[in-house]
Amino acid sequence: MALAADRREAPAPAAPSGIARQERVEAASGYLFALPAALLMLAIILGPSAVVIAMSFTNYELGAIDWGWIGLGNYGEMLSDRTFWRSMRNTFVYVLIVVPSSVLLGLAIAIMVQSRIRARRFYEVAFFLPVTTTLVAMAIVWSFVLHSRIGPVNAFLQLLGFEAVGFFTDPDTVLFSLALIGIWQLVGFNMILFIAGLSSIPRDLYDAAAVDGADGWLDRFLRVTWPMLGPTTMFVVVTTCITAFKVFDTVVVLTDGGPLGASEVLLHSIYLEGFQYFRIGYASALTVAFLVFILVFSLVQAWVIDRNVHYR
Amino acid sequence: MSTTAEPSPLALTPVATLSVAGARIANAARLVAVHALLILALVFVLGPIIWMLTTSVKPANEIFQAGIDFMPRNPQPITNYSDAFASVPLLQFMMNGVIVCAGILVVQLLTSIPCAYALAKIRFRGAPVVFALVLLGLCIPIQVPALPLYLAFAQLGLLNTYLGLMLPFFLSVFAIFLFRQFFRSFPDEIIQAARVDGMSEFEIVWRVVVPSAWPAIAAFSVFSVTAHWNDLYWPLIVVSKDALATPPLGVAFFFDAETGSDFGSMMAAATLVSAPLIIAFLVAQRQFIQGITMTGLK
Repeated sequence: MALAADRREAPAPAAPSGIARQERVEAASGYLFALPAALLMLAIILGPSAVVIAMSFTNYELGAIDWGWIGLGNYGEMLSDRTFWRSMRNTFVYVLIVVPSSVLLGLAIAIMVQSRIRARRFYEVAFFLPVTTTLVAMAIVWSFVLHSRIGPVNAFLQLLGFEAVGFFTDPDTVLFSLALIGIWQLVGFNMILFIAGLSSIPRDLYDAAAVDGADGWLDRFLRVTWPMLGPTTMFVVVTTCITAFKVFDTVVVLTDGGPLGASEVLLHSIYLEGFQYFRIGYASALTVAFLVFILVFSLVQAWVIDRNVHYR
Repeated sequence: MSTTAEPSPLALTPVATLSVAGARIANAARLVAVHALLILALVFVLGPIIWMLTTSVKPANEIFQAGIDFMPRNPQPITNYSDAFASVPLLQFMMNGVIVCAGILVVQLLTSIPCAYALAKIRFRGAPVVFALVLLGLCIPIQVPALPLYLAFAQLGLLNTYLGLMLPFFLSVFAIFLFRQFFRSFPDEIIQAARVDGMSEFEIVWRVVVPSAWPAIAAFSVFSVTAHWNDLYWPLIVVSKDALATPPLGVAFFFDAETGSDFGSMMAAATLVSAPLIIAFLVAQRQFIQGITMTGLK
């Protein structure tokens, strides 16, 4: 049937066997080229991820002689585990501090930098610098900058007559201190994305707004910039959410979840359960929970990208 | 605009001159305010980096004198650095970082480029399935497959090996996705002409298509090297020996062991570990900004 259709569309096929052979060779090389990547993908990404889901229904522990399927047992334990809830809460508090601050700060800086002419390049490079630094090394630098006894920030606070703050030792402030480092590393990244978004806003929209009587910068921002930046903003917010949700380096290097579990976050819990206590089954269930959140963020992101494409 | 405009008769009246002057002053004031705000933000952004640099050349007694003096009074440019080199195998860490990043990048390019070409330019029935797997893989960070990979690597004797550090990253779905986008805009006529000339698909990929894809390859390389030079999660899981530690892991070991007693040499170590990427960034700013913000596309 397909053959007949082909005939109708191409009444005079030139050297059909030659073309067919070339297509066969082409398809064969297609499989050949995709094969190594596909096998690796199954072996190191998709396969192990499926295994994690399976293991989350077992009580397997490293070194245990026997293990069995326990159905939703791990998930039940998770829901009644106070450490789990605390790390979920801390992770979300962290995300809720880091995302709005780094997005709004990135936007404000982008607007100020974008309208510079000679200094623009300098500001872009300077603000982007933290993005390229090694977070572990910079976390150690921050622990010194915010040190309760010999840090310059506390010295400055005391100079102003305030009391010294235990940035990493006080359970009430430790999440904010970690969030500060997170914001510090994300601002430049968000700024660059916003500058790209701002550059694509047509000039004449501002002229049109001016004709309509928008003259203050706030007026121009609310009437033109903010609505036109909508897709960029959505995109930056989701990307920042994913990065913030994966907070780990600063926690493991600086606080180990402490003091008193006040900075315990989801990835750190997974790391402890899986690679320190070797409770593989339970750690797998935590990983599945982590994956669910990441997938939700990714779906939103895909939806945002899709909408962006339609705008263009 | 104001410079080219003919002075209108109105501009000569005193009131108008006054308002022009007023506008100028307002403009200048706004400019000053903007730069002041930007510099304030710069203090937050560059402060820690500058503090790291200046502390790394401060003598111990100045470091422990809690203060806000950025500049060292008696700079000692060598001491902390030689201390850092003496107490931590920093060069070893950096070597490990170079080996791991280079190994990962080379294999990533070798596996992803042919696959991306196949998805972009070759019609074969498996293509939609492979592409769907790529999209699925894009959503899965390393922390998800880490547990089974760790168990398998323990069985295979890959813990505490270079291969163990690199293997989970030998395929980058992101690279496939990115290169596929890039290859799609490569003109079909050129590929057809190469086929007519008798070039094999293999030759077409590496000798015709890849040479035109350098911008994408450079941007991806920056992204990959930055990500793996800075990665802590996987090295922390798979390596427990100093001799194999990548820079972040090595610094973390060191920081744990010293428990914050020797800030001078720790700042020197942090400077040395951050230096390669910071210098590379300052040299190739455009490629860096492009490469890293591409993760935004991920």
